[in-house]
Amino acid sequence: MNRLFKKYEGKLPLKVINDIKEKLPKKISEAKLKKILEEVVMEYNKMLVQPGESVGLVSAESIGEPGTQMTLNTFHFAGVAEMNITMGLPRIIEILDGKKTIETPMTEIYLKKPYSQGKNIKKLALSIKETKLNEIVSEFMVNIAESKIELRVDEKRMESIGVNYPVIQKCIKASFKELALSKKGDSIILKLSEKEKELNQLFKVKEKIKEVYIQGIKGITQVLPIKKGSEFLIITAGTNLKKVLELDFVDKTRTISNNIFEIASVLGIEAARQAIINEVFKVIQNQGLNVDIRHLMLVADTMCATGTIKGVTRYGVVKEKASVLARASFETPIKHIFNASLIGEVDHLNSVVENVMLNQPVPVGTGLPGLVTKVKREPEWLKNKH
Amino acid sequence: MEDNEIPVFKKVATIGFSVLSPNTIKKMASAKIVTPELYDKEGYPVDGGLMDARLGVIDPGLKCKTCGSKLKECVGHFGYISLARPVIHIKFVSVIYDLLRCTCRECSRILIPKNKIETYMDELEKSEIESGLEGRRIKIKEIIKSLKTINKCPYCKSRQQKITLEKPTTFLENEKRISPIEIRTRLEKITDEDCEVFGLDPKSIRPEWMVLTIMAIPPVTMRPSITLESGERSEDDLTHKLGDIVRINQRLFENINAGAPEIIIEDLWDLLQYHVTTFFDNNIAQLPPARHRSGDPLKTITERIKSKGGRIRHNLAGKRTNFSARTVISPDPMLDLNEVGVPKLMAMKLTIPERVNEWNIEYLKGFVERGQNKYPGANYIARPDGKKKKITDETREQLLEEIQIGYVVERHLMDGDIAIFNRQPSLHRMSMMCHKVRVLPGRTLRINPTVAHPYNADYDGDEMNLHIPQTEEARAEAETLMMVQTQLISPRYGLSIIGAIQDAISGNYLLTKEGKYLRKEAVDLLLSAGITDFPRLSKKEFVSGKEIFSVLMPHDFNFTGKSKSGKEDVIIKNGKLINGVIDSSNIGGGKGLMLRNIHKKYGEAKAIEIIGAIFRLGTAVLLKRGFTIGISDADLPREAINKINEVLIKAREDVKKLIDSYHNNTLQTFPGRTLKETLELKILELLNKARNETGEIVSDYSNKETHMIIMAKSGARGNLLNLAQMAACVGQQAMRGKRIEKGYKERTLSCFKKGDLCPEAHGFIADGFKKGLNPKEFFFASMTGRDSLMDTALRTPKSGYLYRRLANALQDLKVEYDNTVRDSNKKIVQFNYGEDRIDVSKSDGGIVDVNTVIKSTK
Repeated sequence: MNRLFKKYEGKLPLKVINDIKEKLPKKISEAKLKKILEEVVMEYNKMLVQPGESVGLVSAESIGEPGTQMTLNTFHFAGVAEMNITMGLPRIIEILDGKKTIETPMTEIYLKKPYSQGKNIKKLALSIKETKLNEIVSEFMVNIAESKIELRVDEKRMESIGVNYPVIQKCIKASFKELALSKKGDSIILKLSEKEKELNQLFKVKEKIKEVYIQGIKGITQVLPIKKGSEFLIITAGTNLKKVLELDFVDKTRTISNNIFEIASVLGIEAARQAIINEVFKVIQNQGLNVDIRHLMLVADTMCATGTIKGVTRYGVVKEKASVLARASFETPIKHIFNASLIGEVDHLNSVVENVMLNQPVPVGTGLPGLVTKVKREPEWLKNKH
Repeated sequence: MEDNEIPVFKKVATIGFSVLSPNTIKKMASAKIVTPELYDKEGYPVDGGLMDARLGVIDPGLKCKTCGSKLKECVGHFGYISLARPVIHIKFVSVIYDLLRCTCRECSRILIPKNKIETYMDELEKSEIESGLEGRRIKIKEIIKSLKTINKCPYCKSRQQKITLEKPTTFLENEKRISPIEIRTRLEKITDEDCEVFGLDPKSIRPEWMVLTIMAIPPVTMRPSITLESGERSEDDLTHKLGDIVRINQRLFENINAGAPEIIIEDLWDLLQYHVTTFFDNNIAQLPPARHRSGDPLKTITERIKSKGGRIRHNLAGKRTNFSARTVISPDPMLDLNEVGVPKLMAMKLTIPERVNEWNIEYLKGFVERGQNKYPGANYIARPDGKKKKITDETREQLLEEIQIGYVVERHLMDGDIAIFNRQPSLHRMSMMCHKVRVLPGRTLRINPTVAHPYNADYDGDEMNLHIPQTEEARAEAETLMMVQTQLISPRYGLSIIGAIQDAISGNYLLTKEGKYLRKEAVDLLLSAGITDFPRLSKKEFVSGKEIFSVLMPHDFNFTGKSKSGKEDVIIKNGKLINGVIDSSNIGGGKGLMLRNIHKKYGEAKAIEIIGAIFRLGTAVLLKRGFTIGISDADLPREAINKINEVLIKAREDVKKLIDSYHNNTLQTFPGRTLKETLELKILELLNKARNETGEIVSDYSNKETHMIIMAKSGARGNLLNLAQMAACVGQQAMRGKRIEKGYKERTLSCFKKGDLCPEAHGFIADGFKKGLNPKEFFFASMTGRDSLMDTALRTPKSGYLYRRLANALQDLKVEYDNTVRDSNKKIVQFNYGEDRIDVSKSDGGIVDVNTVIKSTK
């Protein structure tokens, strides 16, 4: 049986073969299977794209047309307690623009075995979250007379994220070397050095000290443990994929962020391509629309073809075009024409718009094939015209 | 025409871009412009004026002095003007700036030592290979940036001064102005080799050309004057601007010759600079735009080219056509799917050229004889040399004599002619499809209602466009590639985009669900659906609806699928509907594989025939049976109403409990949420649950026989939620995913207490539409209604721009003969289209339908 499948591997895409394997009834004779495979090959061959097919425009249409039906609703709640995520048209625009900073960065952290069943999930989540000093300090008191700052620490909160006084003190010390620290009851007292005893300095330090990093992963501002199907995972607002993947309780094979550029820099361009496809597809499905994945693949491939992510904008994909006129017909035509004149650029009229401009057949579809023929001589009436 | 007489049409192979040199300008000019006057007293153009007759013709009847051709034949000729003092070209200011800063002020050599130039050039080559011209440009910018700080010339060792640019066109060296003359001499001294380091191609541009000493005057054909009704001439904006330039230039010239003080000359020089600058671009940030006397800014060269209304996007990339028509559309189910009903009036204006040959001469003479006013007639005939003659009552007899083989008759549009039909916005390729013409009485264009969907058309006043291809090639291409039946399968998702709609769905649903008819009635139904041949209808006295539907199916069609309404599978065996009911998931557009399978097995022609028949059968059923909805469709029994009230009261109490727990601080917060947010989320969940429960009660208790439910169940129109909203409870009005919050301080409307958190105060509508909304509820409903209108209004331009960008970025990707997808650079984007080379519009919903193959293989 497998031998038979092997034989067809060159003739059919792997996906189709696996599909057949899955849908085949349990008992089947080899002859019948062969018949089925032959039939599928025939079907498949009928479905192949023809050379010259303007697949790019078809994909653009297939994404652009449903765009008008999409809602502008920025936010969406998948479950009650889930996080806000940019969805709908703004999200698609964000992805295709190639925006480096996205509106709602998010990571889905999958966990390794014991933790994915819910073990210590809350604690894990909190340990990932970036904690700053002001989150565990209930009160900042400024003593002007002695130029001291007193921090009253919320011990409950401290316990819940698993830090203690020495850790905090170390953290403060790390970023404010000239401060003198002492501990008194449930508060930490900071004393300014003699040099900086001015009043405004005191308040400056007070504001700065709030932002002191205590623990967790930088950039992750919110954590949310949720149950998806039968396993627990952690959703975070804010991303720091590189650091998250370094954690040893994280399932590195599935954990992913929704920031395409981050994925490109951490996991590489191929991963970014897949991420573009997945993210756009997610939005389209969420809107109840039906767009074939191949169209998204093509868009993602053009965006990633150079090895870096290029947005579908005049600074990205369009800028890469060879034709001056094609670029000029998109945006900022004057700039393109003048730049072309400086280096004596030559437009070879290989793509669509230039030929539309010149009233010539476009080199796609039926305009692609040429006819080779011998022209015997110039006809009489044409000669007269010259 | 003999075979060897096929004309060789020329094709533009490449277009090069470069800068006009002063010599070229002089060479291509046919007149030197010296005076700002346009016309003399008699109204003739002045020699050496801006409207000089040597620059082309814009008046009918006159002949061009340069080429001798008439209006429309002469494309116009350039002139030139020599400027008294050089002037900087505004578009090259940044380049000049770079050049000045990176070259020596004494010897004009580039500020790179000789031995380093080569390494720089190598780097440039490398970055061009790596990332194309754009990469090269970036690299050049980097080099220039590094040069700015060098302050000693490596060649002549002279110290460099700091050069600054005072926008828009003044260059300063140590706060002292460099005159354009000085700039030009510096630029002249830059060697060709150095130019290349700056990325300039010395063959296309010499740096000194960027400072104008002589200027090309565009031909008059490019700036025609309009004669107003009063006989006055109104000149084009460009002519106005050029007039200014010539005038100031003349004055400057005179002043220089008269030896006027430097200060006056400087002023005039600056003025000349201003005029030349605004001639090229009237939108320079630091300059006040040149204006008409009326106050509106002049439209000069840059504005002519730029943006949507500019030359490139409006005239070059956008084409206009003759032989087209536009009017309101209306539906006509008796038309075939690939037909379009054209009003006779239109058909007599739109024509098709037919060449006379020995076999059709008599036939075509008939058209000429009937002339313009009798249908089907002809409007023009054209002689082989291209001269067109109008057919009128006077000329008709004579033309009839004249007509012979080789002539072309432009006859009226007739049934069966090919037309391209389109509705804007043309978002996908199904927005422009080819139809066969049916000339009909009336004044609207008519289409089969089922093809309205790909066009996204309705009949509330929509207008559509009709184009008549004029050549044999165009018609053939339109027919084989654009005909409605070829577009059945959407390339977006690979399923039939055309399917039965609305009444046709509910009709077929009723037919196949409950239908039992006398054979006579059945025959009647089929006849009204346009089916005249039905040997497969059983001969029994009573026939079921399923049997009637089966008549439409091909006799060897097998299909198994799900239906929307029933739990039972839809089974069609050997063309007989055995089980299940037909509804939107089988015959609707964009759903299910039934239509897709028919299309695949029997071809596109049969597919549209069957869709048309299904549609007509469905409507015929409803016509016979009657189908209407009334307010009583939303009636509920007492019991149900009580139940709904219970649910709502319960929900209200639960919300109250939540609010109390919020005030008592006993509410458990969600992680990462504030207390208030948690409360809002919980309330929203509760209220949505309540609304859904009322919906369930409605669907449980309402009469299943009402037409409203039939429509919802069959998928013809509406859904159960709509019904629940009418009968029971409209539900929570949400804005941006939250309850309504805005309005007054701490409350939504002034009739609520401040800080009131109860459902009513935040847009929960407990009543149904039938019962009616109270003023508060109505207001909340209007708020969300307006919000969604805003949404639509803001979305359309956004998605339109996204689409434009996508289309522009992807338009030249195509599948090559080696099956790779490449762009116009021949750069590979995909090795195999979509990884498996499947064309979506030929697939079964994006995949190979393995299931059907397995099942059908015996």
